[in-house]
Amino acid sequence: MSEMQSVENMVSIKIDGVEYKAKEGEYILNAARANDIFIPAICYLTRCSPTLACRICLVEADGKQVYSCNAKVKEGMEITTTTPNILEERRAIMEVYDVNHPLQCGVCDQSGECELQNYTLELEVDSQSYSIPDTKRETKNWSSVLHYDAGLCIVCERCTTVCKDMIGDAAIKTTKRGGAALDKSLRGNMPKDAYAMWNKLQKSIIAPSNGTENTDCSDCGECVAVCPVGALVSRDFQYTTNAWDLKRIPATCAHCSSGCQIYYETKPTSISDRTEKIYRVTNEWNYVSLCGAGRFGYDFENRVESKDTKAFANAITAFNKAKVINFTSVITNEEALMLQTLKEKKGIKLINREARAFQIFLDFYSKASGNSLYTTDFKEVMKSDFVMSLGTSLRNDNPNARYAFNNVQKMNKGAGIYFHPVGDTLVPTFGRTIEVFNHKVGYEEAVLLLIIELFADKDKLPNSVKEQLDRAKLVEALGGDSAKFEKSFDKMMKKKEKFSLIVGEDLYFHQKAENIAKLIAVLENCSDIKVAMIPPKTNSLGVALICDLDDEADGFTIGYNASGDFRLSALGDGDLDMPAMNQQEGTLTNMHKRVTPTNAGLDYHGYTLNDIMKEVLSAPTHTIDWTPLLPTDKGFKAIDFDSLPNGYSNDGTENRGYLLDTSTVEVGDIEVNKFDDSIALDGEIAYRCNPQRQFSDFTDKAHQIFEEFALYASPKKAESLGKRVVVEFDNGNLELDVKVDDRMAGDIVAIPDFKSAENIYELFGASRYQKVIIREV
Amino acid sequence: MGLEKFKDRNVGTQNYIKLDLTHPPKDGWSKFKQVLSRAVQPELFVGLWVTLREMNNALFRGKMHTTQYPLEKLPISPRYRAIHDMLRLLESGHYRCIGCGLCEKICISNCISMDTRYDENQRKEVSEYTINFGRCIFCGYCAEVCPELAIVHGGRYENASEQRASFSLFEDMLTPIDNLNLQQEYQGFGAISPNADDNIKKTPLAY
Ligand code: SF4
Ligand code: SF4
Ligand code: SF4
Ligand code: SF4
Ligand code: SF4
Ligand code: FES
Repeated sequence: MSEMQSVENMVSIKIDGVEYKAKEGEYILNAARANDIFIPAICYLTRCSPTLACRICLVEADGKQVYSCNAKVKEGMEITTTTPNILEERRAIMEVYDVNHPLQCGVCDQSGECELQNYTLELEVDSQSYSIPDTKRETKNWSSVLHYDAGLCIVCERCTTVCKDMIGDAAIKTTKRGGAALDKSLRGNMPKDAYAMWNKLQKSIIAPSNGTENTDCSDCGECVAVCPVGALVSRDFQYTTNAWDLKRIPATCAHCSSGCQIYYETKPTSISDRTEKIYRVTNEWNYVSLCGAGRFGYDFENRVESKDTKAFANAITAFNKAKVINFTSVITNEEALMLQTLKEKKGIKLINREARAFQIFLDFYSKASGNSLYTTDFKEVMKSDFVMSLGTSLRNDNPNARYAFNNVQKMNKGAGIYFHPVGDTLVPTFGRTIEVFNHKVGYEEAVLLLIIELFADKDKLPNSVKEQLDRAKLVEALGGDSAKFEKSFDKMMKKKEKFSLIVGEDLYFHQKAENIAKLIAVLENCSDIKVAMIPPKTNSLGVALICDLDDEADGFTIGYNASGDFRLSALGDGDLDMPAMNQQEGTLTNMHKRVTPTNAGLDYHGYTLNDIMKEVLSAPTHTIDWTPLLPTDKGFKAIDFDSLPNGYSNDGTENRGYLLDTSTVEVGDIEVNKFDDSIALDGEIAYRCNPQRQFSDFTDKAHQIFEEFALYASPKKAESLGKRVVVEFDNGNLELDVKVDDRMAGDIVAIPDFKSAENIYELFGASRYQKVIIREV
Repeated sequence: MGLEKFKDRNVGTQNYIKLDLTHPPKDGWSKFKQVLSRAVQPELFVGLWVTLREMNNALFRGKMHTTQYPLEKLPISPRYRAIHDMLRLLESGHYRCIGCGLCEKICISNCISMDTRYDENQRKEVSEYTINFGRCIFCGYCAEVCPELAIVHGGRYENASEQRASFSLFEDMLTPIDNLNLQQEYQGFGAISPNADDNIKKTPLAY
């Protein structure tokens, strides 16, 4: 269970006379929760800063009344969760929340899971002592997904807090309500905290922070998830069902390598159509934050009502003569193992471009560092106070890497450096001490050298690295001003203890991947920096570990959700249908090095890969019978699927599947090459990068995800390009609409790869950046 | 009256009155005699006469004693629980159901199902509502839980059909709009108690 719990100092505290252990420096509320003790709390969100908006979490600690979400435990502290005065405060707070609250539980989407309902009942509010004239509060649609009903809002500020502290968009804020002022005579005549809470409540309401009617954010829907009442709901979900009618199926999001915990919530489509449908995706929002793809891109199932025996027979023939299988990373570990078995038994070659690039990179890294896998995960990154990012478009590649980067700034008084050729206007807003280097494409090694120069213990460095270190020159080479950087770096380093580096796909698709991997190994050897890698796509890590991938292959090809002579497809457009990820059970290996189980949200009545395996080789009855067979020498464990947990415990421990075993061996000195700018790119550059919320054909299929397959550019660049362009690569052309991404800056344009039919990987080849010619049509 | 008498289960000491039964006939001849004597009693004809007389009275002299079902029906209690009615608001004629789903949740035989949606007026619209009468046990829970007094039981007890499980849809149960003036409040499960007003705690209002 507590596989990863770091050794933290524990203190003894007493809650209501009983002795408990708690982590030092923990908030009283969290300590109580970890010990299964209930303290009412509305506004506090684990992993975000306390806002003291609700004040209901009052407790008495060592004789003093404190807010448990904001006061830390101390050795020997004695806590009382209820005193007559606290009970009076709490009741008054709930009464105040109920003043002018619309009596519309009957239609409200939150009914049945509403914290206002729950606490009103819990605190036995059966009469009302307060009143104030109501203010007209309008219902608004903030974006394509967000619906805000100000009338229901209790201004707990959970939405604004999560948006700022976790997501980083800070797209909503409290603003003036224009409500009537409280009667002054109430001060002193009603419980103090209730008065203070009401006073603030009466003045504020939530609105987009850009001053317009629309949020213009990344539409992740976390604000909807955390809203304790029905004030924020998704537009698509609103009024379509009641909460208790939904069946919750624990699963793992299959869109990116973060592998977030989710629930598919299903119910029959309608009275006349009894097939199950996913109505929404929810999550354990105290412990995991989703992005818009995971939350709204759920209806990508492949509806297949019966087994197509003819297509199946064709598939068997195809498999018997296949030389190659071409597949993507949107695949479970079990299926990857099936493909690997086909390779071992029948010599079929396996092609998966993104996983192969990652596999090679991991290999280089392991050889150089002796670590079987990268050393840290993103949960640890979140605990650091100095975080850097290299080789990834933080906003697009992996939402949770970005959340971690942002959360460090907000929660740990952190600092950050963002190294990326593509300008981004959002990242610098995450915190006050963020430096951005929009370096030249091909200068990634220089970045690592700079990081080594900044953080490594120079005495330990191999000579081949040492001789390349010249701080001022490196800063200048990366486009910075060395004098200015010195100053800000000094400021950034103040009181910093834990350092981490996030690296991403740019480095795996890189001509100098080997040297880069070595530099990372050097960095880890000689400094306190821990490195976390973002696997390029959903299960790239699992595939890289399980499959023995090939670089090139030809002959009769089977495409699994990819191109081929015979196509298995979970998109419904192939020669044989396959179940989509929301119709499958199995496991995924995510970027946190965790093997997590996912369950079938919806029925599927066709054939699966395991059925093919049964015919072609031999296979156990179910796909999940492969789970305990995953390769233990790669860190997997021989555990049955059905005994894998999928949840969190009250102290936030992640009980989902298991962590991969990692190992370290001694290795010799690392010899790195000299950095030169021979592969640096100039001129018109295209970057292979998806718009936010799009990751694959599956997100694209979902009806609430509409980001187009187009060329994305900064507002300025887009203007200069025109409406529609032809992009000429060395080995082909692409005609695309031009879309503005107003958070991009600079001249590099982004070309998505989420549509596999467009063969974008072919155009870009071994790099994520290519020199192109763009002309308007 | 005490219950002692009923609680005394000692059967042996109670005073049973023995009937003085004659012994059944033993041989074939006596059996035949008994049959004959019972069969040709004049009582048979007395009975036939009564029937004839009453038939005559009923058919030709207008003195009928039974209910002429299905032409004639007995009034049933206002609390009777037969096929449901969906009531409308008297003022606007709009259906009362708000789609809260409580009836669906409480239904003990899980036979209520409804579709709702966000309508053009930003309201929750009940686009379809059904009860599967093959499963409904007419317990009245749905009527009891309904906060809007929308779903109630009605007096329609004739529900023979080809299929027991035939559904009843929203429009089948809804008061026809032109009969709104005939709509009756339901007196049974879920009806407002006569002292409802006394039970309400007043909320202070600032305007
Ligand atoms: S937010 Fe909660 S209390 Fe308010 S109407 Fe909705 S369910 Fe009822
Ligand atoms: S919208 Fe919801 S989460 Fe946001 S302040 Fe209002 S009640 Fe709280
Ligand atoms: S797409 Fe990635 S970040 Fe978004 S919910 Fe899914 S796993 Fe999490
Ligand atoms: S009467 Fe009882 S069984 Fe029938 S629909 Fe109502 S709740 Fe369900
Ligand atoms: S309980 Fe009443 S208002 Fe609620 S859904 Fe059922 S019939 Fe409609
Ligand atoms: S939870 Fe502590 S003030 Fe709201």
